[in-house]
Amino acid sequence: MERVDGRRFDELRPIKIEAGVLKRADGSCYIEWGRNKIYAAVYGPKKVLPRHLEKDDRAILRCRYNMAPFSVEERKRPGPDRRAVEIGKVMQGALEPAILVHYYPKSMIEISVEVVQANAGTRCAGITAVSVALADAGIPMRDLVPACAAGKVDGQIILDLAKEEDNLGEADMPVAIIPRLNQITLLQMDGKLAEQEVEQAVALAMQGCQQVYQMQIDALRKKYAGAEYE
Amino acid sequence: MSEILPLIRKEYLISLANEGKREDGRALDEYRSLDIRANVVDKAEGSALVSLGGTMVFAGVKVDAGEPYPDTPDDGVMITGAELIPMAAPDFEAGPPGEEAVEVARVVDRGIRESKALDTKALCVRENELVRLVFVDLHVMDYDGNLIDACGVAAMTALATSQMPVLDENDKPTEEKLPLPVRDLAVPCTFVKLGNSLLVDPSLDEERALDSRITVATDQEHHVCAMQKSNIGGFSLDEIKHAVRIATVKGEEIRAAIREAIK
Repeated sequence: MERVDGRRFDELRPIKIEAGVLKRADGSCYIEWGRNKIYAAVYGPKKVLPRHLEKDDRAILRCRYNMAPFSVEERKRPGPDRRAVEIGKVMQGALEPAILVHYYPKSMIEISVEVVQANAGTRCAGITAVSVALADAGIPMRDLVPACAAGKVDGQIILDLAKEEDNLGEADMPVAIIPRLNQITLLQMDGKLAEQEVEQAVALAMQGCQQVYQMQIDALRKKYAGAEYE
Repeated sequence: MSEILPLIRKEYLISLANEGKREDGRALDEYRSLDIRANVVDKAEGSALVSLGGTMVFAGVKVDAGEPYPDTPDDGVMITGAELIPMAAPDFEAGPPGEEAVEVARVVDRGIRESKALDTKALCVRENELVRLVFVDLHVMDYDGNLIDACGVAAMTALATSQMPVLDENDKPTEEKLPLPVRDLAVPCTFVKLGNSLLVDPSLDEERALDSRITVATDQEHHVCAMQKSNIGGFSLDEIKHAVRIATVKGEEIRAAIREAIK
């Protein structure tokens, strides 16, 4: 089957990940995933505000996903819409299981994702970038969290849908995993899939996550291999 | 200190689940009693009152007319909202919908939308100009766990019984009514993971103790039309396969209950 951009069914778009790109943030990451351009920043662990959210036995995570008004074809009204609120919530669910939150009781880790150019798959690219930014911030984790979508286009289960494929496709399923635990921590799906196809798509997305995982590791190596303590 | 008690409860619920048991005596794949009543609000175009165990939800449908979205010029519009009002639980607060309410509304919406249960093409009056707007509002009165399934059933039932006013030549609503073009019955099925077990239709305590949650919506052809993993924690591929299997079977039972309620 020929894909719009000539990729194989199991081929990712070109991905570039760079760790530590922002000066003020405690940890940061820039990712280019196909035509997506996304920044992730991590602040903390820091004091919890508002105070009533504080937990005695662990750190809490606050996740904000935001799209710049100029990041999409038609100008997006600034500020969080319902989609952004939901993505913030599922991102937290995807990332928190990997973080050793009990090391930092009564504190808060603030995560933000800013999409400056969007082209399908921003939540997966965002989670991938945040995970690298968390490592860049020195937050202790069980593992990195790579994410990648699979979907169905023209009756075929394929990896990492591009915008044109997503628009015309029959289903889209973003997935994130914790590779060392072999656990799926993000799973959403919209479209129509038979029972067998669900299984096939999850398995393919998990393979994609493994490839993304290597790129995350490479990005961190590139920044930190041979680095000296400041 | 306040977090010790829930931890003890959680340990207890997990130890039960590991033996295949639940606190209220249900099997792991058994729903609580589901009661569906259609057309309970006269002022709405369609409505439903659903009780799932102690959870109680109203769904009301109102139909209006307005401009289509620019990218879907010949599609009617469905807008789903959920309100977790202070009456329903001591920790629900007034004000704009929080994360939980937004997620409930969006997961319910996605199941119905992706199944094409509501034929939006049939809701177009004039392309690019005027389409019917279908508002589905979910009003949670009593929260005893598993809002998504209760809301999903309520929304689907309310849509399936809706009668919308026909428009006259000036696009004003008339007394004449037509049923909404509902072609399918899509229903969500939600599981929580406790220890190593998946429990369908979580009670309030099971939901409070959960590590993670997954919802699988199916249509009457047994396609999966929406999925959502929620909260902290993860699933293995085998657990997801199991959830999809059970959701297909349970979906059929729930659809039968909806058909019974609307006939």
